[in-house]
Amino acid sequence: MIKTINTYFNRQTSTAPLAVFRILFGLLMCISIIRFWSKGWINSLYIEPDFHFSYYGFEWVKPLGSYTYILFLICGISSLLVALGYKYRLAILVFFLSFTYIELMDKTTYLNHYYFVSVISFIMLFLPCNAQFSLDVVTKNKSYEKVPSWTIDSLKLMLGIVYFYAGLTKINSDWLCSAMPLKLWLKSKYDLPYIGQTIMQQDWFHFLMSWGGMFYDLSIPFLLLYKKTRSFAFILVIGFHIATRILFPIGMFPYIMIFSTLLFFDSNFHIRILEFFKNGIKILKIRTTSLTNNTSKQIKNYTTHKVSHLVITCFLFFQLIIPWRSLLYPGELFWNEQGYRFSWRVMLMEKAGSANFKILDSVTQNYFYVDNNDFLTPVQQKQMSFQPDMILEYGHYLGNHFKSQGHKNVAVFVESYVSLNGRLSQQFIDPLANLMELKETFKHKHWITPLNDEIKGF
Amino acid sequence: MFKKSIFYINLLFLLSISCTDPSESNENIVDNFDRQSMLENITDNIILPAFDDFSEKIEVLELSVITFSNDLDLASLEQVQSHLFEAYKTWQYIEMFSLEKAEEIYYVQKMNTYPATVSKIENNISTGIYDLDSNNNNWVAQGFPTLDYLLFGIADNASNTLLFYQNNDNIAHLKYLKDVVSQMVSITEVVRQDWISIRDIFVSSSDNSATSSLNTLTNDFIYYFEKGLRTNKFGIPSGVFSGNNTRSSKVEAYYNSNVSKLLSLEALNAVRNFFNGQTYNSASSGKSLKDYIAYMTEDTILNDAILTKFDEANQLINGLNDNFVNQINADNDLMIAVFNKLQEGVVLLKTDMLSILSISVDYIDADGD
Repeated sequence: MIKTINTYFNRQTSTAPLAVFRILFGLLMCISIIRFWSKGWINSLYIEPDFHFSYYGFEWVKPLGSYTYILFLICGISSLLVALGYKYRLAILVFFLSFTYIELMDKTTYLNHYYFVSVISFIMLFLPCNAQFSLDVVTKNKSYEKVPSWTIDSLKLMLGIVYFYAGLTKINSDWLCSAMPLKLWLKSKYDLPYIGQTIMQQDWFHFLMSWGGMFYDLSIPFLLLYKKTRSFAFILVIGFHIATRILFPIGMFPYIMIFSTLLFFDSNFHIRILEFFKNGIKILKIRTTSLTNNTSKQIKNYTTHKVSHLVITCFLFFQLIIPWRSLLYPGELFWNEQGYRFSWRVMLMEKAGSANFKILDSVTQNYFYVDNNDFLTPVQQKQMSFQPDMILEYGHYLGNHFKSQGHKNVAVFVESYVSLNGRLSQQFIDPLANLMELKETFKHKHWITPLNDEIKGF
Repeated sequence: MFKKSIFYINLLFLLSISCTDPSESNENIVDNFDRQSMLENITDNIILPAFDDFSEKIEVLELSVITFSNDLDLASLEQVQSHLFEAYKTWQYIEMFSLEKAEEIYYVQKMNTYPATVSKIENNISTGIYDLDSNNNNWVAQGFPTLDYLLFGIADNASNTLLFYQNNDNIAHLKYLKDVVSQMVSITEVVRQDWISIRDIFVSSSDNSATSSLNTLTNDFIYYFEKGLRTNKFGIPSGVFSGNNTRSSKVEAYYNSNVSKLLSLEALNAVRNFFNGQTYNSASSGKSLKDYIAYMTEDTILNDAILTKFDEANQLINGLNDNFVNQINADNDLMIAVFNKLQEGVVLLKTDMLSILSISVDYIDADGD
């Protein structure tokens, strides 16, 4: 058994896929940061708001005022260094830390694809992605033709987990039996030329997209694995992600996924991409001799450390387990959102809410309502209004705010209503629960009013 | 390899084109909801006629103010007062359309920020230096609330008000009255003309983006329902935002508060008509948010719920004293009951309707999953 494992970890494969992946990932991340910056989101999401929603245990992670720009600058520069493969280990470490810090600053902006970037960059910390076609090769004068194949496999497995779990979570009665929420979203795309007022409005099309999306997510990792179906699968990947790009505002995610799936192609394909890059560099009249391995010392095999094997194995195991944690909670997952994040549950809900906070003096029984506009941005209000942990955190913030203003015996109540996947709205949080007396924990939130409907499936 | 890929991509395109082959999909078209015709109905049959009517009424008001300033008799004063009421009622059909030009020049804020600040008004009058166009600090010293003060609040009854204006010492007050009303006429005309000129562009912007006509109109409608109707007319005066300390001086038309109930009933009617797509001042109706909801949900559950809330709120308001100041002092709980009922309406509009129509909340431009 141990022998088999050791043999596996020592099996070697071409370095080219890792090099291509590093370059594309670094460039895409750099573009993402520039795009984020140019849209003014650093200011509107991290600097303008007075209050930020924290992750449990990460309350100390806060935006840094105007220094937040420097944080983004560091993140952008490190991503570029990753692409160039210059001081790669340090660069990817700085990228992972700065990017993850940015994501932890405010829960409001949680997106699965940001989490995906953190996860991938964590894995890359342990991979020799600079072993070929990098500035490190030039400076250290060492180039590796082969790397252990587990390095590429770990990335493939991670991608497989993302797709497969995204598919599994689509197996629920809302998605498959009512085509919800796709039906609502697609119908609202009436302004698309040609298809907007025709097929986008058709019932059969909503169901086709729902079922097709599920089968796509479940099968694509396997279709990419087998050589015979790989090209076809890649066409599907492009078609699927371009379609989602057209239909939904999902930023850079489609491109990240399209380029990531290139990993599944064999080394000849990647060697050709590297040749293509080399030709591009030649056109720029830069000396490429050292990059093209001619003068640098050719070392055949790169050996990875046992610690890396252990860390990545544990990490991937953890990734397999963590999406299932929602099973530990009673009640409807989509409604309670306990264990919803970090589980590759993508586009499964159209959820909207309204939350009216009431500050009560528990002795005099005098109360007043809060105008959320005084404390939160519209984006924060929207996200807070249907996520119990955010409602609780904001409730505490309000309570403490009014205490510090001299209010006595402060109790905080919320009258909140939420509508889920086209259902009529219903009460969301127990209106008699004093939020000041509740604590955020990993335990079941008994103060959520249960959904009066059942969604079957994952 | 790449050649093969290109071949597959082309194949995919061919497949997708054949899917949208018109001859095939024509049979399948369910009667598709036409958002442009909804925008046309709202613009041509609700917004434009309301502005026409309002601009007429505000001009009549201006004329009667001029007559009053010349004649300075009781009959012309009473004429001004009744024309003010007529214009204020019609205004309730205008206030929710705080978009386009109106938004740009802060039209609604200039017309109806209440309560007016008396010290500001008196200061403007005594110094004679004021810029009603500025967007800084004169919102509380112009528009309907200021007219309300100058015509009902300056003395305790009509004959004393007349005596006040007949006094030559108060000629500056008379001038301010004329300036305020002429400012109202001119900014109304600016907004009305703008509606006429942008009409075609406005109705054709039926896509679903943060800045499209449909989205801004719907968001403004909800904003008005929540802020203009629920908060300003009921919430703030009844003290629900101020720890149960009632603020009866913050009712709309405070100095002539006998009309407060009538004004709020007009406002609720305006909201209901907009939702139903009912033509201004007429019983006929066209495409509206209600039809759009019915198209999206394929049933009438949400529509019925929303219309029921409107009806229930209407009933509750009808049960109030004509004068909200009296109502608040006698039994504030009934005011709060209206606030709560309207809040239930806010939930349905903001949560259910926006979600069903997939209309994004104003100004949000960010990535999703």
